[in-house]
Amino acid sequence: MANTDFHLQFQEFEDEQGFTENNQGATTVTIDDPIKSRKQRKAPGTAFEEEDNDDQTELLSGQRKSAPFWTFEYYQTLFDVDSHQVKNRIIGSILPWPGKNFVEVYLRSNPDLYGPFWICATLVFAIAVSGNISSFLVHHGQPKFRYVPDFSKVTMAATAIYSYAGLVPLALWGFLTWRNRKITSLVSYSFLQIVCVYGYSLSIYIPAVILWIIPSEGLRWCSIVVALCLSGSVLVMTFWPAIRDDKPRINIAIISTIIILHVLLAVGCKACFFSTYETDPSKEHKEPLTATSISLSTQSK
Amino acid sequence: MAEVEESSKPLFAGLSDISISEDIPVEGDISVPVGSQNSDNDFSTLDEPVKDTILRDLRAVGQKFVHVMYPKKSSALLRDWDLWGPLLLCVTLALMLQGGSADSEEDGRPQFAEVFVIIWFGSVIITLNSKLLGGTISFFQSLCVLGYCILPLTVAMIVCRIVLLGGSGLVSFVVRLIVVTASFSWSTFASTAFLADSQPPNRKALVVYPVFLFYFVIGWMILTFSPSH
Repeated sequence: MANTDFHLQFQEFEDEQGFTENNQGATTVTIDDPIKSRKQRKAPGTAFEEEDNDDQTELLSGQRKSAPFWTFEYYQTLFDVDSHQVKNRIIGSILPWPGKNFVEVYLRSNPDLYGPFWICATLVFAIAVSGNISSFLVHHGQPKFRYVPDFSKVTMAATAIYSYAGLVPLALWGFLTWRNRKITSLVSYSFLQIVCVYGYSLSIYIPAVILWIIPSEGLRWCSIVVALCLSGSVLVMTFWPAIRDDKPRINIAIISTIIILHVLLAVGCKACFFSTYETDPSKEHKEPLTATSISLSTQSK
Repeated sequence: MAEVEESSKPLFAGLSDISISEDIPVEGDISVPVGSQNSDNDFSTLDEPVKDTILRDLRAVGQKFVHVMYPKKSSALLRDWDLWGPLLLCVTLALMLQGGSADSEEDGRPQFAEVFVIIWFGSVIITLNSKLLGGTISFFQSLCVLGYCILPLTVAMIVCRIVLLGGSGLVSFVVRLIVVTASFSWSTFASTAFLADSQPPNRKALVVYPVFLFYFVIGWMILTFSPSH
C-alpha cells in the first residue's frame, strides 16, 4: 500500500539526466528528460551549439529573437551562425536537391543576415573586378586604348544587387502574407527567411561572374544558363510549398515573376558590365545590350 | 527535495569558503588628488614644448608601425589604440591613388573621397560584423588594428608608383602584381594575428573573410592604378 501511495504522490523530476534511479524503482517516464534538461541548460540565454543536431535544439528552445529590435542584442541573434553552418548553407544553395527545401533543411528557425550581406558584397566586388579585367582584355590589342579602371561600376553594381536582395524579398513577403489571409497554407515564411534564401541563392553567381572574364560569348551564356538553373530551382523549390494551395493562375504568376526577376538580374549584369563588342568605353554605360544594337545597325546598313 | 538542493550546490559551492583571513593585508591610503590628472602627478603636459608632445605621439605611432611590420601576438596595438596612424595612412593612400593631376576627361579612377569612404566605411562594417558575431574587441580597437594594417599596402603603393616611373609594360605589371599580392597577404595576416584572439573559435573564418575582402579591394585599387600622363 505504501508503494502505491508513493506512485500516486507528486514527485519532483530532477534536473540532470540519469538520476532517476533514485526514485526507488518507480517507473518514471524518461522520454522528456533529455529535452527538458537541454532546455534548461539553454535557459540562461546563451546559444551555444556544440552538437551536430543543433537545429533540433533550436526548434525546441523556442526563445529566439526575444530582444526588442532597437537593441544590439536583437541584431546579434541575426548573426548567430557558425562557420560550418554558413558553409553548409552555401553548398545547399548551389546544389539543389529535389526533396530538400532550403528553408526547412538549412535555415530552420535561424535565418541569418551574415550570408546574404557578405555574399552580395562579394558579388558586387567580383562583378566590378571581372568587368574591369574583361574590358582590359578586350581592348588589349588596340593601339589607342589606355586602360582606366572604372570605379563607377562598383556603385552601380552595389545598388543593383543590394536592391534586388532587399526589395524583391520585401515584395514577395508582402504578397505572400496578403495571400495567406485568404488561403491559409501550411508553410509561411518570415521576412528574414526570404531575405536569407535570396541572399544565399545569389552565391552561385560568384563563380559564374569570375568565369565571365574569359571573353568568349558562348562560355558566358553557358555559365549564365547553368547558374540560372541552379539558383532558380532553389528559389522555386523553396516557394512552391508556400503557394501550392493557391489558385493555379496565381501560382504560375508568382513562380514566373520570381524566375523572370532572377533572369533579368543575371542578364542585366552581363549586359551592363561585360559587353564584348564595345568600341568606345565612354559611351558604353548608356547602352545596355550593345551586342544587339550593333548587330541591328550592321543589318540596317 | 534532497536532489534539488544537491543540484543547486555546484552553483554556490565554495561561496562559504571565501573569508577574509588575517594574513591578507587590507590597507592603503585614500587621498584625493587636488585638481591634477592621475597619470602625470608631478608634471602636466601643458607646460612642455610642443615639439615634445608631437614627438611623443609620433613615437607611439611609429612603434605601432613596427608592430604591424613584424606581427607577433602582442597586445600593444590593442592596449593603447589611437586613430592617428590610420588617418595618416588613409590620407596618404587616397592622395596617391587619386593621381594628383587635373586632367580628368573620362576619369573612372577612384576619387579621393571614394577611397577615403571605402577605407573608413569598410573598417566600420567589418568591426560591426565582428561585434555582431560575438567578438570581445571594442569598436575603436578594431578600427585601430584595421587601419594600421593598411601600412603594407601603402608601402606597396609607393613601390608601384616608383615601378611605374620606369614604364608600364608587362614586366612592370608582373612586378607590381607580386608586390601587391605579397603586401595584401601580409596585411591580412597581420590583422588576423591581432584580431583572431577576440573571436569565438568556431567563427574565426566568418570574421577573417571580410578582412580578406577589404584588403583585396584595396589591393585591387592599387594594382589597377595607372598614372595619367
